[in-house]
Amino acid sequence: MSGALDEIREEFLAIEQRERLQLLLEFSNELPALPERYVDHPDLLERVEECQSPVFIFTEVDDDSRVHLHVTAPREAPTTRGFASILAQGLDGLRVDEVLAVPDDYPLTIGLTDAVSPLRLRGMTAMLGRIKRQVREKTAA
Amino acid sequence: MTIQPDSSPAFADFAHPERLVSTDWLAGQLGTPGLVVVESDEDVLLYETGHIEGAVKVDWHTELNDPVTRDYVDGEAFAALLSEKGIARDDTVVIYGDKNNWWAAYALWVFTLFGHADVRLLDGGRARWEAEGRPYTTALPARPRTEYPVIDRDDRTVRAFKDEVLAHLGKSMIDVRSPEEYSGERTHMPNYPEEGALRGGHIPGAKSVPWARAVAEDGTFKPRAELEKIYLDDAGLGANDEVIAYCRIGERSAHTWFVLTHLLGFDNVRNYDGSWTEWGSAVRVPIVRGTEPGLVPAL
Repeated sequence: MSGALDEIREEFLAIEQRERLQLLLEFSNELPALPERYVDHPDLLERVEECQSPVFIFTEVDDDSRVHLHVTAPREAPTTRGFASILAQGLDGLRVDEVLAVPDDYPLTIGLTDAVSPLRLRGMTAMLGRIKRQVREKTAA
Repeated sequence: MTIQPDSSPAFADFAHPERLVSTDWLAGQLGTPGLVVVESDEDVLLYETGHIEGAVKVDWHTELNDPVTRDYVDGEAFAALLSEKGIARDDTVVIYGDKNNWWAAYALWVFTLFGHADVRLLDGGRARWEAEGRPYTTALPARPRTEYPVIDRDDRTVRAFKDEVLAHLGKSMIDVRSPEEYSGERTHMPNYPEEGALRGGHIPGAKSVPWARAVAEDGTFKPRAELEKIYLDDAGLGANDEVIAYCRIGERSAHTWFVLTHLLGFDNVRNYDGSWTEWGSAVRVPIVRGTEPGLVPAL
């Protein structure tokens, strides 16, 4: 599994429940804005239907088979933004095979199951599932 | 009541206008002794991004539910929670939140299980507060601890359990989920099961009134006449009916419970918090699919 995702998990597990939400909030604030070149291309963005808030993802695979992930999520949905940001930071720059090897249950392993509702965490699992599917589609050709 | 109700004319038509306060009223009352403002959101991080000055957070997921059994906290845990938050038994509690006060109404309903007398909703919730450009702070309030008494939870008056719903079949029932959930068309997305129920559809005889129909564009409750059209004329409920409301886990239906009880003056409305996640997975309970309430089977 990817080093960055491992590190993020360790970071969460090392602290207490209450602080984990605070850390999730920090991730939420760090979600990068959509790069300028995609702002006018809503067609590229796929809605994550499983999230209650409007969340959109778009993955790119570059010439070196490295994956780049772009996500938009509204300010009023900081939890969802936090999840998106963890994935964006954890997956960005990984090789295709590394992204596909991330366990599907990663969202359940970062110590948030007691702090956040199951439905929310499923939203993150769904995001990961859609990211992997997009990566598969983009490398199938 | 500790603090005078908001006498805004906008609320005068409601059956219990003292259960609502306006953003104007709240802004003017902030800091009044005996008033505690509580934020309860669907997004559990929203409070941390900014909240009304002095407001305490109540987390529906970690604080109002028992961590092990599917149930609400008991009297002792509720007393410990409110003491820690600095809420006294005779305080006026004003609750507000995101998503049309969805979870705020749920928190209010849980406070009601413990008979907290004076608990009100901020009409319009976060959305209206923000739309009016009112300030938030990230500073955490320092409220002195209180000694909230241990109160037995009352599970009979405003709460219904599955067996009671079975016995209630044929009487007024209201399903406040989306039309797709009501018809059974949507149980889960391909590959991504939702917060689980094994079957789709609704409880026989239940009328469909999605909860958010009670809310106007600006996030405040619709006027009484419009609410009466929705619940009395269209859904055919009567103010003297025994009514059970349900949704997926009982949160959206707590919002409808608030509307029927406090705004329209129904005096016998219960929220079935087991809702579809229980009914849709229970063995041998009757289910109807499609857009019609359907026939109530003889049991």
